[in-house]
Amino acid sequence: MEVPRYWRLQKQRYALVGEICPHCQVKIFPPRDVCPECGGEAKQPFSFSGKGTVFSFTTMYDAPKGFEMNTPYTVALVKLEEGPVVTAQLTDLGEQPVEIGMPVEMVTRRIREDEEDKGIIVYGYKFRPVMAGTH
Amino acid sequence: MCDVVIAGIGQVPVGEHWGVPLRTLAARAMLAAQRDAGGLKPQALYVGNLLSPVVSHQSNLGTLLADNAGMSGIEAFTVEAAEASGAGALRAGYLAVLSGYVDVAMVVGVEKFTDAVGPVIEGAMSETMDYDFEATNGLTPTAAAAMVMRLYMQTYDLPSDGLAGFPVLAHENALNNPNAYFRRALTREGYARAAMLSTPLNLYDKAPYADGAAAVILTRPDRLKKALEHPLVQVRGSGAAIDTLALHDRHDPLAFHAAVVAIQNACRHAGILPADVQVFELSDNFSVYAALCLEAGGFAQRGAGWKLANGDELSLKGRLPVCTMGGMKARGNPAGASGVYQVVEACLQLRGEAGANQVRDARRALTLCLGGPASTAVCHVLQTWQ
Amino acid sequence: METASEKSESLALKPDRPVGIIGYGAYVPRYRLPATQVARLWSGEGEGDLPVKEKSVAGLDEDVATMSIEAARNALSRAGISPSALRAVWVGSESHPYAVKPTSTIVAEAIGATPYIQAGDWEFACKAGTEALVAAIGLVGSGMGRYALAIGMDIAQGQPGDALEYTAASGGAAYVIGPADESLAVIEATFSYVTDTPDFWRRAHQVYPSHGQRFTGEPAYFKHISNAAQTLMESLGTKPADYRYAVFHQPNTRFPQMVGKRLGFSDEQIKPGLLSPVIGNTYAGAALIGLSAVLDVASPGDCILVTSYGSGAGSDAMHICVTSAIEERRSRAPLTRDYIARRSEIDYATYARYRGKIRMK
Repeated sequence: MEVPRYWRLQKQRYALVGEICPHCQVKIFPPRDVCPECGGEAKQPFSFSGKGTVFSFTTMYDAPKGFEMNTPYTVALVKLEEGPVVTAQLTDLGEQPVEIGMPVEMVTRRIREDEEDKGIIVYGYKFRPVMAGTH
Repeated sequence: MCDVVIAGIGQVPVGEHWGVPLRTLAARAMLAAQRDAGGLKPQALYVGNLLSPVVSHQSNLGTLLADNAGMSGIEAFTVEAAEASGAGALRAGYLAVLSGYVDVAMVVGVEKFTDAVGPVIEGAMSETMDYDFEATNGLTPTAAAAMVMRLYMQTYDLPSDGLAGFPVLAHENALNNPNAYFRRALTREGYARAAMLSTPLNLYDKAPYADGAAAVILTRPDRLKKALEHPLVQVRGSGAAIDTLALHDRHDPLAFHAAVVAIQNACRHAGILPADVQVFELSDNFSVYAALCLEAGGFAQRGAGWKLANGDELSLKGRLPVCTMGGMKARGNPAGASGVYQVVEACLQLRGEAGANQVRDARRALTLCLGGPASTAVCHVLQTWQ
Repeated sequence: METASEKSESLALKPDRPVGIIGYGAYVPRYRLPATQVARLWSGEGEGDLPVKEKSVAGLDEDVATMSIEAARNALSRAGISPSALRAVWVGSESHPYAVKPTSTIVAEAIGATPYIQAGDWEFACKAGTEALVAAIGLVGSGMGRYALAIGMDIAQGQPGDALEYTAASGGAAYVIGPADESLAVIEATFSYVTDTPDFWRRAHQVYPSHGQRFTGEPAYFKHISNAAQTLMESLGTKPADYRYAVFHQPNTRFPQMVGKRLGFSDEQIKPGLLSPVIGNTYAGAALIGLSAVLDVASPGDCILVTSYGSGAGSDAMHICVTSAIEERRSRAPLTRDYIARRSEIDYATYARYRGKIRMK
């Protein structure tokens, strides 16, 4: 992935930093230039808790470029507790079967790697089953 | 407003054309359409294409394809709207002729997959999604369809082979289409045995990507100096709409709202109801999308679209024949060209030239082409011109 | 003339103002490779005297940066401070994901600590983590900054078939250092003992480290840990019985037990912080995750002796006393044992894939 493109979205990717609309208070992720609820502009940064539930998911056996080394992997729509739904990989599933409605939590992981071992490593959010002992 | 008619159609067989470059693939369809239109020379070329800049490293297809086909000096450019590119190009051509600024427009949809292989293709298709927030997380259009399929199956309590009817029907209809990629039957047992691509979506739930090119020539009937050997087909209505690009931004991912709006607009424009058509060429690039297209058109209640494929209603002799020449599933899915193939196939039905697959008394057809999970939808109403 | 005890007294490192641990957080990845899997491949089926029961293995999408981020988030949850209050983010490891480009900036950005910070990566084999911790004590203890984050984390690499392959593991812990009066444990003093002893090394561009076999024992591990721990206790006038717990660098199960015994510690003092039998040797993370396991069970008033060891070679010893703040803060993040209990056993083939041991190009 091109460095500037990766770099400018680091905060969003590393830590699920989205936005809150100053007009209608809706929480937005990924960031948008116009609020999808009220049409207002100008947002303030908002850090999401990273807690959510699986809304839908799929285990992929055919990967696009940049992800070939990770198959099979599971991608999900995760409904965050603050409202928005995000697309993210699930990780650390172990033997646990995934189900719609399963509680998950955000972790920061390696997302992809291009140019073999020469390019930058792209880090970003993934979700895992909520860990026992997490409060 | 004037009538806009399709004076000529052309297509090449969908498949793996390893030895044929993109420009030649397009030229074959373009020249076939021109011959079919009695040699009518276009003043403008609208190209529907999705992958060329990524897979073939070729931009400015409008100029390349017109130049290569000996159409120097005309107006030409590309319309890109993911897998709805071809349908978008048709709409551009239709509006150009309708406006009176262009008398004869050619529309060509062309897709060249075989300039690359493997993960490059899935990667290139992923660029039709939100690159920063979908593709970068490893999502592909196939995986997005799989998540829609899981939601659909769970929400409406489908059996595991609930969607099998769509690919089975498509393969049956492709048997008699010389331009189809897969001319062999598929059984429900075959469907049940298929390998998973992206759970719960299996090999037969996805239309195979393949090379292809299809073209039409649009004009006003009064521009035709001599009568053609075939009936004319009128573009009676056209509609297009978008939804959120990313699936995750939808309030209801099973609604396919863009498809609903595009169909409504095209039908309102044509002064008809969706039920007034005899043929429906829909987007069956994923089997669940075929079900959702039927629901978007009001042909089935929400959550009941899949049931139509399990009876005879969608077959060639049924109430609403779909995918009459094999659909994207069995004719093959040349992405940005698919929207033009749909129109060419609808023309064959309306002209009475569909051979063994002819739908009786076909006078009006609806074509619906989706980009992504109905992130873009383009709909046309075609009917026999008199 | 200076007496021996006066010399010891002057050797202990003590900050100008008292400092302590405000928050701590562990991380152990999910996967476990049983030592029997390594033995089966390289030395036959015999389950004789294996150095550990199993070791933790990082997943395909993990590295020192991602593991540090999670440990740091846990430490911040316990500390209850804003990440922007940190003035340093330091990561000690011998498996930083980049040869050139700091891990610490990735961690700092992810936890929201940028941009008003010191950031840097520390390298001193297995004591890179405690080295960062001592530096954090210095930064806070001198009054330069109120809070600093020090992390010891590794994805250790053992050459296939080498003795280290049984133990080279993934994990570590993060510590927020701050003023003693806000601490869940006060760090009274530290002492470091360092010589040039080449017992284990990795040259540039080499994937796997080399080591001096039995030379890693007596002149290396035992000498440095013993000297560091002994001198610190002498300088503080403490003896093993004064400590409820002792944590030593743990390259395997036996070494920390042996060095503890030599120094006069009992199994009961060592056991709560001895994780190597179940997670292996987490290198720069080893002493620090041993400490996090002890903090998970310690009571106010308990004293803990921690002594790391890094090849090359050196040891950092620390005298730590737990305060009453421990009880409430402990529950704000997952415990070390929660991570250890979260466990998926993998076979050697999966391990080879996860850790890049299958040649792809």
